[in-house]
Amino acid sequence: MRGAKSAKWVAGAALIALAATACGGGSDSGKGKDDSGTGAVNANGIFSVEVGEPQNPLQPANTMESNGSIVTDAIFSQLVDYDPAGKLVMVNAESVDTKDSKLWTVKLKKDWKFHDGTPVTAESYVKAWNWAANIKNAQTNASWFADIKGFADVHPEDEKAKPKADAMSGLKVVDDYTFTIELNNPLPYFSYKLGYTVFSPLPESFYADPKAAGEKPVGNGAYKFVSWDHKKQIKVVRYDDYKGPDKAKNGGVIFKNYTTLETAYEDLKSGNVDVLRQIAPKDLPVYRSDLGDRAVDKPYSAIQTLGVAMYTKQWKNTDPKVLQGLSMAIDRDTITKTVLQGTREPATGWVAKGVLGYQPNVAGDVTTYNPTKAKALIKEGGGVPGNKIYIQFNADGGHKEWVEAVCNSITQATGVACAGDSKADFQADLNARDAKQVKSFYRGGWVLDYPVNANFISDLFRTGAAGNNGFFSNKDLDKKIAAADSAATLDESVKGYQEIEKELVNFMPTIPLWYYKVNAGYSEKVQNVQYAQDGDPILTQVQVKK
Amino acid sequence: MGRYVARRLLQMIPVFIGTTLLIFLMVYTLPGDPVRGLFGDKGADPATLAAMRHQLGLDQPILQQYWNYMTGIVLHFDFGNQIASGRPVTDVLGDAFPVTLRLAGMAFLIEIVLGIGLGMVAGLRAGRLADNAVLVVTLLIISIPVFVLGFIVKSVFAFQLGWIEPNVSGEAKWDELIAPAIVLGSLSLAYVARLTRTTMAENLRSDYMRTAVAKGLPKRRIVGVHLMRNSLIPVVTFLGTDLGALMGGAVVTEGLFNVKGIGGTIYESIVRREGTTLVGLVTVLVLVYLFMSLLVDLLYAVLDPRIRYA
Repeated sequence: MRGAKSAKWVAGAALIALAATACGGGSDSGKGKDDSGTGAVNANGIFSVEVGEPQNPLQPANTMESNGSIVTDAIFSQLVDYDPAGKLVMVNAESVDTKDSKLWTVKLKKDWKFHDGTPVTAESYVKAWNWAANIKNAQTNASWFADIKGFADVHPEDEKAKPKADAMSGLKVVDDYTFTIELNNPLPYFSYKLGYTVFSPLPESFYADPKAAGEKPVGNGAYKFVSWDHKKQIKVVRYDDYKGPDKAKNGGVIFKNYTTLETAYEDLKSGNVDVLRQIAPKDLPVYRSDLGDRAVDKPYSAIQTLGVAMYTKQWKNTDPKVLQGLSMAIDRDTITKTVLQGTREPATGWVAKGVLGYQPNVAGDVTTYNPTKAKALIKEGGGVPGNKIYIQFNADGGHKEWVEAVCNSITQATGVACAGDSKADFQADLNARDAKQVKSFYRGGWVLDYPVNANFISDLFRTGAAGNNGFFSNKDLDKKIAAADSAATLDESVKGYQEIEKELVNFMPTIPLWYYKVNAGYSEKVQNVQYAQDGDPILTQVQVKK
Repeated sequence: MGRYVARRLLQMIPVFIGTTLLIFLMVYTLPGDPVRGLFGDKGADPATLAAMRHQLGLDQPILQQYWNYMTGIVLHFDFGNQIASGRPVTDVLGDAFPVTLRLAGMAFLIEIVLGIGLGMVAGLRAGRLADNAVLVVTLLIISIPVFVLGFIVKSVFAFQLGWIEPNVSGEAKWDELIAPAIVLGSLSLAYVARLTRTTMAENLRSDYMRTAVAKGLPKRRIVGVHLMRNSLIPVVTFLGTDLGALMGGAVVTEGLFNVKGIGGTIYESIVRREGTTLVGLVTVLVLVYLFMSLLVDLLYAVLDPRIRYA
């Protein structure tokens, strides 16, 4: 059997050689010069960004997931936008005014044009919003118009009812460049919502064939659509007549399609793609040394929580003290540092950073690790019913590791048995949440839609809110939310929500875990790559080097 | 012969219906709703959900949906639209199939040339050094999982030596596909080599070979016509079904090298519960399998005239 023996040797040697090369390949390319400084810039240079194939046609009211929205945001500009501090900036609007937070007057800048040359008028907005809100057009983001008077007429709540009207009575065109929005109720932060993609204007050509327009969008934004080669790339170029404050500092963007983050990272290292939005877990331990100054590590406005299934036997009549105790049994510091490799930051409240009204340490010591107090609180609250908890998560999202770590932390600190409840994928996970089949906790995540704390409270904890997957309901809190919504000014509303956030600790509708961070990187070809509150790179600011 | 082909073609109809119905039912029973999935964590608005379901015909009973879908395919060659993007499935297939066909074709070619070549070398020198070497190499390839092999190829040839780009670009050019084709074809290559080797070694000892040698025929003719023709029957059987397997089984390889083909589309359709896309894909794959196995059966007669069709 000499042959077999030598075969074993060959195989062994080959494997060792490969393991060595696999490691060497990574660190070598990181030794390049780190110059994030100011090289000569090519103002017409085109760079590429990693994305996946957008799920939906590129219609602004229909794009919810990140692969599509990064593209629609490049092509469409809205009335307003935010600066990194969360302050409102006028974009297509000259002004957005209100006296009572109920009737809003929007004045448009006059010289704006769509990419097909037609002017952007009040009609472009009003018609687009009416179209998007209409149930007949089944746009996924239609419910964003629900604040506007007359929404129920075009989008009846009953699943079988037909719309009574074609237009919302709350939208009125005053003249070519002025229109008014009347809301059902006062909403001091409504102007902030207007920065969301769904409130984009649409050119007249859109209505002739909305489906075709979704394949070849014509917008009013900083970039003009060029081509969409499905599953390969989407190309946009700078729109030279753009009048907004965020004029592109580069010639255009190619959104390159990648199936996995790993392949995108490899392409970044070999110079085939310029900007990444995320680094795969596999590459997190090495990406800082690989990329040097071009590695990005920055918080953005998103939070991960353990949602409490309030309808279960376990939590229905259980003292919130038990939940407080469980929260204190989670060693957030250690888990974010070790299991999550520093890609998250321990949360100290329910509102993420970078949002108007964010307050640090609002949950008090409930989010600090303290096994003794955790045990005491659980005992005081009458113990965990069944003495066993489950954390539901989707197995396709890379959550298994931290769920296990959280479970271990809880069990070690309090003796409460804990197990992960894995669902095959995100679809199955959502299904269980909607069908009220969550056993005790579910993994929840929330990225900001608009930078006001209401977005993290009203949209998650109000009775019947779409994002309220734990079906938490508290009449008192609902009243306070309603009061904060109808406050006279934005400041008062934000303050109202800050008060509500302080109270959440008494109810524990969710257990805050950690805030997200952008862990990304960019190539040597580009500079000035920054990331916005929603975690996406700010495309217009990117400069391409000569 | 003609009757045989006709009968085989008729047999395809129940197979075709059975497989598509099975796939349709399987997707339907998976937990999770494609329309709800579009909304994610943010939660869905029930009226919009219902409107979208209605537009897509998802509110009808499953068998009704299946019937509508199949009549669409058979009568109008209409595979329906993707749920999320609204793109016709024929477009999606039209994008994905040429790429995978190219990849599978190259893998197939590598498999035939190298596989049969190695098998011949080993079979003609059974028991000697060359045979052992082939045995070792094929054993190695068979025992390494595809994703490990892909990772090895990438890290050595792309990152270490810099000979190839690590990933395939959008255009999927021929030269970019060489590395993934080698990875994809390698497993089957090993099987083809072993199959060829075994049947050749066996046939070398058969009577007609001895006769051929005794007649004093030239070596080329003995090996090329007498030996190869008989030895290739099991190999051809394997190759025939393997082309289908290459197209469907490219999920891992395509994912590794960022190839935008059938494999990735199948995976994505399952994750997104895109029943129509999935059934469309599988339908085409089933057809590929059916025609390949028919072709294989017909090829038998060319290789071995003793085989008759009834």
